[in-house]
Amino acid sequence: MKLTKDEVRHVAELARLQLTEAELEAYAGQLGQILTYAQQVQSVDTSDVPPTPQVLPLTNVLAEDAPQAGLSVAQAVENAPDADDGYFRVIAVFDDAGK
Amino acid sequence: MAQVEEGGGAVSVGVRGLVSAMCGQNAKKQLTSLGVADASAGLADGRFSSVELTQAFLRRIEDVDGALHAFLHTKPAQALEAAADADRLRAGGDGRPLLGVPVAIKDVLMTEGVETTAGSRILEGFVPPYTATAVKKLEAAGAILLGKTNTDEFAMGSSTENSGYGVTRNPWDAERVPGGSSGGSAAAVAADEAPAALGSDTGGSVRQPAALCGVVGLKPSYGRVSRYGLIAYGSSLDQIGPITKTVVDAALLLQVIAGADAHDSTTLPADVPNYAAALSGEIGGMRIGIPQEYFVQGIQPEVEAAIRTAIEQFATLGAEIVPIQLPSTELALPVYYLVVTAEASANLARYDGIRFGLSVEGETIFDHFRQTRGAGFGPEVKRRIMLGTYALSAGYYDAYYLKAQQVRTLIRQEFEQAFAEVDVVLSPTSPTTAFRIGEKVDDPLAMILTDIFTTTANLCGLCGISIPCGFDGEGLPIGLQLLGPSLGEEVILRAAYAYEQSTDWHLRRPKL
Repeated sequence: MKLTKDEVRHVAELARLQLTEAELEAYAGQLGQILTYAQQVQSVDTSDVPPTPQVLPLTNVLAEDAPQAGLSVAQAVENAPDADDGYFRVIAVFDDAGK
Repeated sequence: MAQVEEGGGAVSVGVRGLVSAMCGQNAKKQLTSLGVADASAGLADGRFSSVELTQAFLRRIEDVDGALHAFLHTKPAQALEAAADADRLRAGGDGRPLLGVPVAIKDVLMTEGVETTAGSRILEGFVPPYTATAVKKLEAAGAILLGKTNTDEFAMGSSTENSGYGVTRNPWDAERVPGGSSGGSAAAVAADEAPAALGSDTGGSVRQPAALCGVVGLKPSYGRVSRYGLIAYGSSLDQIGPITKTVVDAALLLQVIAGADAHDSTTLPADVPNYAAALSGEIGGMRIGIPQEYFVQGIQPEVEAAIRTAIEQFATLGAEIVPIQLPSTELALPVYYLVVTAEASANLARYDGIRFGLSVEGETIFDHFRQTRGAGFGPEVKRRIMLGTYALSAGYYDAYYLKAQQVRTLIRQEFEQAFAEVDVVLSPTSPTTAFRIGEKVDDPLAMILTDIFTTTANLCGLCGISIPCGFDGEGLPIGLQLLGPSLGEEVILRAAYAYEQSTDWHLRRPKL
């Protein structure tokens, strides 16, 4: 199994990854190879088998509903590439058409 | 000349003998040969100070790490200051178990004020605002942070070759990999650069490098150690574990880092037992399962021979050897790769160039994300994000991700049946000894296959330990894995300790 370059481009778009043409080419082959290997799972009869998303015997683990000290605003933004007055600054998500 | 005995928890060295030898290179070397228990005993008895001990390890790092590259960041001034504090506290009667003992920490664990990169260029220069619970607990027990160790980028790999900051070399043979992804931690301990280290294990990343470097690596049961502050890779699989020179040291560190944590809702509420008390040396009547399926694949013959000899040794020690069946073994790797990459693709969505890490300008916000992630992630991380994204994407979710989770259930059921019959399951840790740097870099599938014996523990939430059990013809260490059920740490530690005490593999150190 080999993915097409267009399929790889689509997955890269979903994953928000900028890939070079060379990377697209390489991943087409490599992902195909790994997926062929992974397809082994499809030969197993799993009718009536529930999935295991995690292994713990715990459900609804709740914290006490009490205020606790967390990071300060200054700490929360100290690693931000672009912060302003305690806020993360980002490029506008919507264009100016609505203004 | 001062003589230091390894193992057994005792250091036979007179105070005057050591002090007079302190100026010599030999004494420094001998101090760095100490593990946690021996270092702690020496400090408690006043045979040396924490400053002397820490200084010795810092010098050792200076001497050998240029060649090995086990460490990404060290903080010598900070470590020596903490050591001086520890000496002062000890003089004042403080007797915490790890007081003044230096440890190395894999760079996927957050350390407040100390750069943490997860081996990725996307986090270059990142200085966390808080410390991981496991590291905090070590520090609360008196341990000193020696430095941060190299790792495959975001812990994705089995050789440490995927680090964004250069490969770590195996102390037994510099042309070979130390294993991964905790290769820096394993190499540091094997090379006497640290008495012990923490690693993280998502599919074998503590046990496999421990095996390839000839040291002990313990993966606790899922939920036994808090993951708070561990940079997430596969959240249903990740666990933090110690890499040490002896089984005693692994028990000591687990004692400190285990337990429920309000910051991690996936920690188990079970009490933490006294692990040292489990190290009786007695394994009479213990039932050790040998999965028949683990000996049919392409194992290196010397690895198989060493494991067979070790099985005989366990029998000699009084254990009952029981052949067992784990028929879904060959499905564990494909299941693991689908589950872990799916979880990784979600976890790594946070690296968007906005809140922390690398940021590459784009014209639109999506362009900004794409450029940042395209430039910041290395090839293996991109490959795994792509695979996980594919497995989760519309049209493929049922066939890959959901199917993998169902087969995960079948693998779990087989282990549950096995542990109804036996106390522990024994296997090789890795099918081969350390491979050559570059040998598998261009073949992702071959690299994946090195995890064949280790991923099941993560998929099923089991605990596992790798201990040294021999050497191949090239003088490279071989590791033996013991798996136990969830919260079965005492039984695998007891079995590992009994074997260790009856052999001397763990006493051999590489010549550097």
